[in-house]
Amino acid sequence: MSRFSKSILVLALAGAATSAFAFDNFSGIGRLATPAEVKAWDIDVRPDFKGLPKGSGNVDRGTELFEEKCASCHGSFGESNEVFTPLIGGTTPADVKNGRVGGFLTGDIPQRTTFTKVATISTVFDYIQRAMPWTAPKSLKPDEVYAIMAYFLNLAEIVPADFVLSDQNIAEVQKKMPNRNGMTTDHGMWPGPSAAKGGIGNGGKPDVKNTACMSNCKKEVRIGSVLPDYARTAHGNLEEQNRSFGPVRGVRTVDGDAAAVSAKPAGPSAETALATNSGCLGCHGTNNKIVGPGFNEVQARYKDQADAESRLFDKVKAGGQGVWGSIPMPPHGHVKDEDIKTLVKWILSGAK
Amino acid sequence: MGDISKQPGHLQPAPESFLTEAEVQAIAAGRRSFLRKSFLAAGAAMVAPMAARATEAGDPEILNLPTWSTTLGKPVATNPYGIPSQYESQLLRRESPGLTRVGGASVSFCPLQGLFGIITPSGLHFERHHQGWQDVDPARHRLMINGSDPAFLKSPKVYTMDQLMRLPSVSRIHFIECGANTGLEWGNVAVPTVQYTHGMLSCSEFTGVPLKLLLEDCGVDYKKARYVLAEGADGSSMTRTIPMEMVENGEVFVAYGMNGEMLRPENGYPLRLVVPGVQGVSWVKWLRRIEVGDKPYATKDEAVHYIDLLPSGLHRQYTSVQECKSVITTPSGGQRLLEKGFYNVSGLAWSGRGRIKQVDVSFDGGINWKTARIEGPVQNKALTRFNINWVWDGKPAILQSRAIDETGYVQPSYGQLREVRGTKSIYHNNAIQSWKIVESGEVSNVQVL
Repeated sequence: MSRFSKSILVLALAGAATSAFAFDNFSGIGRLATPAEVKAWDIDVRPDFKGLPKGSGNVDRGTELFEEKCASCHGSFGESNEVFTPLIGGTTPADVKNGRVGGFLTGDIPQRTTFTKVATISTVFDYIQRAMPWTAPKSLKPDEVYAIMAYFLNLAEIVPADFVLSDQNIAEVQKKMPNRNGMTTDHGMWPGPSAAKGGIGNGGKPDVKNTACMSNCKKEVRIGSVLPDYARTAHGNLEEQNRSFGPVRGVRTVDGDAAAVSAKPAGPSAETALATNSGCLGCHGTNNKIVGPGFNEVQARYKDQADAESRLFDKVKAGGQGVWGSIPMPPHGHVKDEDIKTLVKWILSGAK
Repeated sequence: MGDISKQPGHLQPAPESFLTEAEVQAIAAGRRSFLRKSFLAAGAAMVAPMAARATEAGDPEILNLPTWSTTLGKPVATNPYGIPSQYESQLLRRESPGLTRVGGASVSFCPLQGLFGIITPSGLHFERHHQGWQDVDPARHRLMINGSDPAFLKSPKVYTMDQLMRLPSVSRIHFIECGANTGLEWGNVAVPTVQYTHGMLSCSEFTGVPLKLLLEDCGVDYKKARYVLAEGADGSSMTRTIPMEMVENGEVFVAYGMNGEMLRPENGYPLRLVVPGVQGVSWVKWLRRIEVGDKPYATKDEAVHYIDLLPSGLHRQYTSVQECKSVITTPSGGQRLLEKGFYNVSGLAWSGRGRIKQVDVSFDGGINWKTARIEGPVQNKALTRFNINWVWDGKPAILQSRAIDETGYVQPSYGQLREVRGTKSIYHNNAIQSWKIVESGEVSNVQVL
């Protein structure tokens, strides 16, 4: 190939490269989504209730469903702080009237629950429908979501006990949410246009200002807070969280003997990892009750029973209630049978 | 610890001088058990062949050739996927005990205290999952693009990974920071090290397709559709609202690549959204759907969580941008300087509003400042490494860094931040971090107002 023709070729390739991005016909890429496909995935519900499915549910049905599918994590009244932050509590009939949660106004709010914060009931519908229950997301039918929400709304004293929530009255309920006037978008941290230009926020103007002073910037250094002693050791031995060479070392925050113990490769057993990954340890401690019984208690109860393995397998797989009190064990269809068998053996052998 | 006698190659011919300053103080205070342990440790060090000490002739590590100089090494492909050295087992992603009760809705923090430069090794990238992580089969993964109203998008479409990876791609380096990074520290010092104060922060080179290109391929109507909803394919199917302006200017992209390979499952394999400068929760992982619409969506993570409580009792909603911030990573909390003398003080700066322009460092708690060296090239909305020379005289010091971005915004002090936002905001704490150094060389977390 002559030098001349080579340079022509290079030019041609360069031309192709620059035009590739402006190309508007990505032939063969993507296809039209069918209406059924869009329906299957487009499940979002907006504050104006665009996307809301038709349906209804009452407080009584919601009470049953909540006890069956939700109470194991959230407590029977959505009040539990054991696994997740509480759903219900901290709001008053006065808040329902004013649309501002009084605890935020006085600064006296010991626990921010979902209902103290959320301004839009659409959010609650959207989230329960897409992500709950914890181990079986997207398994609730619209009527069930309405019923569970009716139960919430009754617990929060927003609707009476005989209330039926539906797609027809949900917009009216949103106007009673206790923190409906508690949100502001007047800030500089929205990356789009300002409210004045049809968007959200102030167009990016920061609210906190510092200056780049370089010398004699203040007379004295005021220390507002230092690391509490308990926090120095709460994260384990920091010596082991830094390299053993280089400009610095980690500080030994656990004394000599304990440090030697924690320095051993004490990684979790395969079974512990499996229990963690399968979500067991959210509700059961190996040696303590959390929501459900500790594995030590389970072992103690079942250890002399010949059919313990198969009975526990069924309890884990299908769920159960009554053996350990009223809070039910939810079904765990997401965990593979062989993994359940491994876990049951592990629990019965002491869960070490 | 900061025991100089154990430093490699440190010439210290008198073996009786093995006690550190702290140990001498402990003995003076009558803690004899400390002395016994120290003798045991020193004895062990002397008999251990690997802990050879310097003699008058020189360093035995030089005088006696080590086995790696006198034996045959391992063949190629011993580790088909390479792993760090056996001596690098200490820098790991870690959880903060007691922060959450369920591992599937939790955080693991990136060990910033030992990392260099600006790129986070993929295996150490911080994690935040809302309903556990999944390892999604790329052959079965789909990306759907639709409109909240048929008028907003001419053709709702479905793309496979095969198709997405045929499209023109971009590769860009960006930081990702959780909106709750440093959130534990709003009211007071709570955690000991930079891993836990700032470790919900990582930076990678991401590769993927600009979302603009896909929306235009579907025939988006930019006049009507001013908001974008991104949705994940995991159990939580996490959703967040993003302004269309960030899509139109070409910044937002759907990424499959991270640091030269595919995304890691914990980071959204095989597809995640990249929203430069915006908090991590908007970078939806396992991305399955994009919807364009005319209104924001008030999803759970922008109506219940990721809202910032102000002293007035109002919550700020749709806070997204990560404002300019920096932190010194070496030396940092929970570390100990080995001895007096020279140190390269090093840290990270970043801004969700663009490039870092300047970083100043103070050694006296913010009375005087010196401008640090910026390691370039400085990238847009990416971590930026800074370094500054320092000779420690053995006296107490308080180290701080203060970043300035290209908009002229100067990172605020705790006093300035709290004056406006109080102490209960949880999210978006970008205050100047202070590390106090005492005579023993120990560095600890303090807050200077």
